[in-house]
Amino acid sequence: MLVLEKISKTYRTAQGEVRAVQEVSLEIKRGEFVAVRGPSGSGKTTLLLTAGGLLRPDNGSVRINGVEPFALSPEGRARFRAEHIGFVFQQFHLLPYLTVLENVLAAALPRPRADAVDRAKFLLEKLGLSARLEHLPSALSTGEKQRTALARALFHEPPLLLADEPTGNLDEANGRNVLESLAGYAKQGGAVLLVTHDPRAASLAHRSLMMESGRLLQADK
Amino acid sequence: MNWARLILREIAFRKLNFGLAVLSVAAAAGCLVAQYTLLRVHDKQTERLLAAREAELRQMMARLQDDYRKIMLKLGFNIMILPAGASLNDLHNDEQPPALMPEEYAHVLASNRVMTINHVLPTLTRKVKWPEQQRKVILMGVKGEVLIQSATQKPLLEAVPAGHVVVGYELHQSLGLKAGQTLVFMGRNFTISKLMEEKGNTDDITLWINLHEAQQLLGMPGQINAILALECNCEADRLAKIRAEIGALLPGTRVIEFASQAITRAEARNRAAAQALASLQHEKEGRARLRAQQEAFAAWLIPVVLSAAAVWIALLTWLNVRDRRGEIGLLRALGVRAGQVLGVFIGRAAASGLVGAVIGAAAGVWVALRWDSGLPAEIYRQALDMGLLAAVVVTSPLLAAAAAWVPALVAARQDPAHILREG
Repeated sequence: MLVLEKISKTYRTAQGEVRAVQEVSLEIKRGEFVAVRGPSGSGKTTLLLTAGGLLRPDNGSVRINGVEPFALSPEGRARFRAEHIGFVFQQFHLLPYLTVLENVLAAALPRPRADAVDRAKFLLEKLGLSARLEHLPSALSTGEKQRTALARALFHEPPLLLADEPTGNLDEANGRNVLESLAGYAKQGGAVLLVTHDPRAASLAHRSLMMESGRLLQADK
Repeated sequence: MNWARLILREIAFRKLNFGLAVLSVAAAAGCLVAQYTLLRVHDKQTERLLAAREAELRQMMARLQDDYRKIMLKLGFNIMILPAGASLNDLHNDEQPPALMPEEYAHVLASNRVMTINHVLPTLTRKVKWPEQQRKVILMGVKGEVLIQSATQKPLLEAVPAGHVVVGYELHQSLGLKAGQTLVFMGRNFTISKLMEEKGNTDDITLWINLHEAQQLLGMPGQINAILALECNCEADRLAKIRAEIGALLPGTRVIEFASQAITRAEARNRAAAQALASLQHEKEGRARLRAQQEAFAAWLIPVVLSAAAVWIALLTWLNVRDRRGEIGLLRALGVRAGQVLGVFIGRAAASGLVGAVIGAAAGVWVALRWDSGLPAEIYRQALDMGLLAAVVVTSPLLAAAAAWVPALVAARQDPAHILREG
């Protein structure tokens, strides 16, 4: 599903070059839940954004479902993301002026679908948020916010789900809940790449990789 | 969920930013509409004022024309024809017998059109003693006007009917006479047909009666001692020709210029007319100057306000873009295209332009209508330009969108990876 081949990414800053990702190769199959763990600054988020077609690598190739997103035009790449990739972020990135239901429906903006409302309600109910449909994000707990973001990411049933520290702001119960949801999605056939420093992820993921200084060091599971 | 709903929900969420943008558009649209409407009000008011002034001037000219006729009557006449050797003083002299000429002369003069003489008025004037009142008065017998053949003008003087008398001011005041009363003069009864107003001259001690009755009372049948001949608005340099013609026509007479006052009055009338015309022209120029001033004011105010509004909208859009960086990153991650992100910010600016234009247009009309509450409502109705209002409502969203273009483009071009990596 996702194939990364020797991708490298270097940031040029005022303080000098930062080699965020160095010749990383990774393959995730359908139904596979892969966790990449590592300390802050190890290059996890860069790896995830590159895998999501948002950050062009300096070297190496990215293939999702056999398509190289960076070979597409910017418009084509955006369309590709809408059709194939779901994102979950540590900061949730919920739109503060939309209700829970509308936040999930925001995923339909680039790719409308006829059953959008039913689909959003179904996901929210599944994630235990059916009583919160009309609430604004400001009225939600952090766990509810992350579950809303997860519902949004799963809206189009993307073949690839990318999660960047989704449990970073959550307590243990909510964190476990989110990880179980990711694992459940993988069981349904989705490919899930989770970057985190949460050690609990290892127990639920099919594979757990360590990342340090831009390199994938080892598989610890 | 659609884009319009997203924009409207965001507007409702960030009311202050949107409100400030609306305010700036409303101010610009209001200035434009108010200024333009006021200019149109000014134009309509000018049309109305000048039309009124022109009508007033026409009326004044007609009145002056009429006054002139009356002045000619009151002043007497352009020329006075007296028997040869007589002077004006002789008319009021009771110490020697008057110089006379035949009444027929008036008819001769009327039937032989002399130059531009338009009115011929024969009179018999004599200072006499009013025996019943033991006082001296001037008796003037008047025939009215001897109409000139083919003359089309109105007669200047109506004849005093037989048995009637017109009484001068001093006489009716001192004797307590009333119109309609009967008075006895030289043994004959006369009904008072009119009491004259004060003139401050010999008219105040004059009795006017029918010419033939005067001739009978004075024992001078068929005689007169003056012919008043009028030439309307004549010029003094023509007097010599008139004098020569009359001398040939009426032997034994002399012509006295009696027109200087009339000419002066005629000139005064002409001056008044010229002044009125000049005043109208002055008014036109004044209105044109005022309009030019208003236009000049609008010419700098409107561009300044429009520019300020554009800069303000650009700034507010920039702040909005900055506030929504995370949202932009997320939308791009969801697969929203850069053009769609651009559309979100342009759409928002256009909405502020639309709302601002409607408010501004209404406010501009309101201000213009209340600028001078003394003007008739009709002028305002005429001055309202629905085309302008429609143009403002249509173009304001476009201009607001144009003003927001650069920050919106910046938003659309933001690197989502950079935003998301920052968290």
